[in-house]
This record gives sequence, C-alpha cells and structure tokens, in this order.
Amino acid sequence: MSRSAAATEAYLAAHQALASMLPAAGTPWLDHRRSSARDQFRELGFPTLRDEQWKYTNVRSIIRQAFTLPPAESGWMDKGQVDAAAVPGMDTYRLVFADGILVPQLSRCDDLPKGVTVTGLADMLRTDPGRLEGELGELLGEPTHGFNAMNSAFVCDGAFVEIGPGVVVDRPIELLFISATGGEGRLALPRNLVLLRAGSQATLHERYVSASPARCLTSAVSEVLIEDDAKLHLERLQEESERSFHIGGLFAEVGRNACFTTNAVTLGGALVRNDLVVNLNEEGAEARLNGLYVVGGRQHVDNHTQVFHNSPRTTSYERYKGILNGHARAVFRGHIRVQPDAQQTDAVQNNHNLLLSPDAEVDTMPQLEIYADDVKCAHGASVGQLDKDAIFYLRSRGVAEAEARHMLTRGFMADVLDELEPLPLRQYLQHRIDRLMSAAREAT
Amino acid sequence: MLTIHNLKVRVDGKTILNGLDLEVRPGEVHAIMGPNGSGKSTLANVIAGRDGYEVTSGTITYQGRDLLGLAPEERARQGIFLAFQYPVEIPGVANVYLLKEALNAVRISRGESELDAMDFLKRVREKLQLLEMKEEFLYRSVNEGFSGGEKKRNEIFQMAILEPKLAILDETDSGLDIDALKVVANGINALRSPDRGIVLVTHYQRLLDYVVPDHVHVLAGGQVVRSGNRSLAVELEERGYGWIENPTADAVRAEAG
Repeated sequence: MSRSAAATEAYLAAHQALASMLPAAGTPWLDHRRSSARDQFRELGFPTLRDEQWKYTNVRSIIRQAFTLPPAESGWMDKGQVDAAAVPGMDTYRLVFADGILVPQLSRCDDLPKGVTVTGLADMLRTDPGRLEGELGELLGEPTHGFNAMNSAFVCDGAFVEIGPGVVVDRPIELLFISATGGEGRLALPRNLVLLRAGSQATLHERYVSASPARCLTSAVSEVLIEDDAKLHLERLQEESERSFHIGGLFAEVGRNACFTTNAVTLGGALVRNDLVVNLNEEGAEARLNGLYVVGGRQHVDNHTQVFHNSPRTTSYERYKGILNGHARAVFRGHIRVQPDAQQTDAVQNNHNLLLSPDAEVDTMPQLEIYADDVKCAHGASVGQLDKDAIFYLRSRGVAEAEARHMLTRGFMADVLDELEPLPLRQYLQHRIDRLMSAAREAT
Repeated sequence: MLTIHNLKVRVDGKTILNGLDLEVRPGEVHAIMGPNGSGKSTLANVIAGRDGYEVTSGTITYQGRDLLGLAPEERARQGIFLAFQYPVEIPGVANVYLLKEALNAVRISRGESELDAMDFLKRVREKLQLLEMKEEFLYRSVNEGFSGGEKKRNEIFQMAILEPKLAILDETDSGLDIDALKVVANGINALRSPDRGIVLVTHYQRLLDYVVPDHVHVLAGGQVVRSGNRSLAVELEERGYGWIENPTADAVRAEAG
C-alpha cells in the first residue's frame, strides 16, 4: 500500500470510530453528505505530484504523520492567547476556536445587530439542522481533493454566519482559529458557512494562529454565499507557526450586482495551500481577489484560484503578490474561465513576486479560458528582485541601503495591503511584516 | 568645494572619462556641455556614487575629503544632490514619505534633530509653490505615472527641500517644454546662493538662457577640452560641437591652453 493510501486508511478508520458521535449524527441529509464525502475521500486519497493541481506542492510531509482530532471537550481556554492575537484598536464580534472546536467562553457575540447570526456550526447542527439543509456543502460541491473530502466527511465544527436581508453589520466579525492548543499532532477541520442575504453588508476576518509551535494540521473549508446586491469583505490571515500545515479552501458564489472582496495574507505555516473558487453567477457580480504572501526559511505557500464568469457583465480583479526570503517557495495558479454567454466580462489577473534571496523559488501559472468573444481579459506575472536603480535613487537621497531595500519592499506590497479593512488590521499586518522582514535580514 | 583631478573612469571595460579636471567653488554655477557620449552623465553619476563606474585613476575631493570612499547615502548626507536624467519610478512609496526620510537622514547626520511635522509641512508647501506643483502630488508614489516634465520638476522640488551644498543636475532640461523649463529654471535660480555650488550637465544651451552659468566647460573624449564663460555656450549653440571635436582634441587643447 502506498504511503498516501495508508494515510487515507488511517483517517477513514478514525472516521468510522467517530461517525456516530459527530454533531447531529443521525440527521439523514447530513449522514448522507458525510458518508458520500467519506467515499469520495477514499476514492481521491491525498494528492500527489502526479496530480496537475498539486504538481509543485508535495504533501508527503503531511501524510507521513498521523494527526488526530481533539477530544470533544478539550477544556482549552487560554484567554492570554486570544488577547495576544487581538488586533490593537479594532473592536470585533468574535468566535474563538481551539483546534477547530468552538470555545464559547472566549467568544463575544452578545450584542449582534438584529437579523445577524454568528454561532458555532456544531451548535447549529445540533439545535436547528434544518436551517443548514440545502446550504451546507452546496457551494463546495464535489470535493476536488482528499483534504476537502476529509473535511466534509467529518464536518464537526466551525462558524455559521448569516446576515439577514439588508442588514449592514457595524463592525468586523472575527473568526479566530487557534491551532496547536494540545501538543503535537492535532488535526483541526474547521468548516465555515457564511450566508449574506440580499442587500446585506459585512466584513469578516478569518484568522489562523497557533497557540504553540507544535506541529499540527488544519484543513479548513469555507463556503460563502453572497446574494444579490450584498457586499462581503473577507480577510483571511494565516499566521500559524512555521511548523504548521494548513490546507484552506474557500468556495464563493456571488449574486446579481453583489460584490465580494477577499484578501488572503499568508505569513505563517510550513506548508500552506489556499484554494479559492469564485463563481460569478449573475449579471453585475464582482469579485476583488487579492493575496499577499511573505515567507522565508523553508516555508512553502501555494495559492490556487479559480474564477468562473458565468453571466454577462461580471467583473473580477485579482492581484496576488509575494515576497520570498531564505529558501521559501511559492506557487500561484490563477485560472479564469469565461463561459460562452458571459459577454462583456472584465477580468484582470496579476501575480508579482519579489525574491529577496537567491535560494527562493516561485512557480506562477496564469490560465485563461475564454469562450465568449466580447470580453476584456488581461493577465500579468512577474518574478524579480529589487530594482537596483531604485535602490541607488533612494541612497542618493540620503537613505541608507538597508532602509532603501525596506522602503522598496514595503512599496511593493503597499497596494495589496491597502485593500485590507479596516485600518487597524492594515497597521497590525504592516507591523507584523516589518518584524518578519527584519528577522529575515538578521538571519542572512 | 569640489576638486576633480585627472579623473579616469571605465564603464564595462571602456574608458569614458580620460583625465578630467574640474574645480567648483561655493556660489558658482558651472555648465558641463558636450556631445552625446562625451562622458557628461558618467561624471554626474561618479560624483553621486553610482555602482558600475570604475575609477582607474585620479581623485575627487569634496570639502577637503576624499569623496570616492563614501557610500552614495553618505555623499547625500554631506550635501551632494544628483538630479537624475531618468528619475526612477517607485511604486508604493509616497513622495512625502521619501522627502521626510531623506530630509531627516541629512539632518541627523548633521547632528540636528528631525524636523517636526508642522515645520516639515511648511517647508514642503513653500517649495511646492516655488515649483508650481499641487499638494496632491505629495501623496502620489514617487515618479510613478509622472510625465517626463513632472519627473524633472520633482527632482528640482526634492533639491529645494533638501537644500544641498553641491547640486549636480543631469540633463534636467531634456524633455521639458518651454513653460516647464522656465519653472524648473526658476527653481534652480532660487537655490543659487554664495555657499552652494551647482553643476548643470546639459547638451543644449537652452537652459543656460534662464540659469546663467559662471563657467562653461566643454567635454569631449572624456576630458574638458575647453572652458570659458557663458559666451562659450552661445558659440556652441551657433557652431555645434563639430569645431571642438574636429580637428583633433590635441589641437583644440593647444588652442585652449
């Protein structure tokens, strides 16, 4: 048996042992979803380099080790960790999860506006599973790889967020996922469902941090529905320890004249894979998809994005930027598909990378598939170093060489960072990145 | 304040400056003229400390110190300013941010304190007015998307803020229409002072109608082949560079000597 198959078998065995204890087990539609996901998981297994979508990302290091789900009642409740992760000057509604399981005592959602639900998915499954029927698992559809399938087979906890029609949420909703709360080898499988009903507006922060440097695996799936005229700003921040593994999937559907903005910032993790799938289903749907990865050491980050223009007059604007130090490796694959009747589509995709070390490496693959004839599509990709002329220009103005490099690096990512909402989050990240960059400089 | 003696410089193994001498005293405005390829821009870049220029012999002394041993930023802090022929675009770095960093770097190296925000803004506004620039310009990225004229104007604006002791202007007049040229010249003239040296590197004498130099030097074959006053520039305008380049440089040197 191959190593991949052996790993799959081990998780399947864990599934069999746990299936009857999963939240709302015995609910027919949910049982069906879980068991068909389990079958797909058995069939798909974990991806290998032979899989085109995983050609540059080797998950061998992940499947070499057996990760286990936390006990139902882990009792973890470290408020200090939550305070340490807080963004200064930013007030949020907040759910806190320890290795994927909600910690109600650390969460803070008591004064939510009318028409807004922010709660744990497990609670929702236990108390009102009917509200999730026909929603949960719809946007993900058929799992595309073993990690998604595994998440769907277990579906245990995560966030359920629903913003009622026309409701504008006054402050960000923060989903804080803290991994490695219980030593080595923890498995977290957060499953999030976010529903923005027609005309509603919200800002959501999906954050991943580590409680300790213990090696853990997070395989997260978020499904996001943005109905007609709704606006969602979703910030995804990966700040886990440099020993952690993270596979994240975001599956979104955008309605008529609705707007979806998402910024994926990856700073932490040993191996990080972010899948993003956006369907622009109705006329006037718009997606603004940005990414920023600042990695060093032996970190590996892989961003896979797919945008489907399924209706006329849909817009997507995508910009991913990477800064690599040390022996870091980055992969970007951006796929845009314009369906035959999606006339007057406007799509832009860019991926730019800054290599600050001769040992860092980037693979970037834009992929445009256009089946309509009246469209505007543009893409660009680059991999380069800091501009020598620019360094000299700044030095000739009295700026020290190290500071000049720092200014240029900051300048390189400024346009992506500026997209983040709100301002305190931008400042927090700038500060975090400054510290990472100066640590990387000292390491060389 | 600046003494260049027998300077020889190679670029990519090719000799560009071949025994150049130049003396600039405080309060003087010098124009360095010459045909394309005569080494004008090389001279400007060597003084500012750009990489890729190999000094094979000679010296550059600035305020009594050996300039060639100093890093570019150190030269800037000592009061040298180069207005670039091709100013560099720097996305994501706001003009105002660069100005503040640059000004404070110069001040700190002089043992002065950083300028407080109010005084800084006051100085910036004053210089914006001098160069007829709008305030919104401060918040745009350095040179990004600027027209050729705007870039040149920005160089003079930076110079006005930094108040260098020795300013080297590399082809600042090229690519400017007549109105922009007048504004830029106005900015340069405002900086003329008894304790500041200015070196104008230019191909045409057009700028010299507005910024009248004390000395004019003609560069050919990597050397100063002729020096004079403003009338030399006028003569060059009328007769072109041909009469200096041909007959041979030796004959010209004899004539000049």
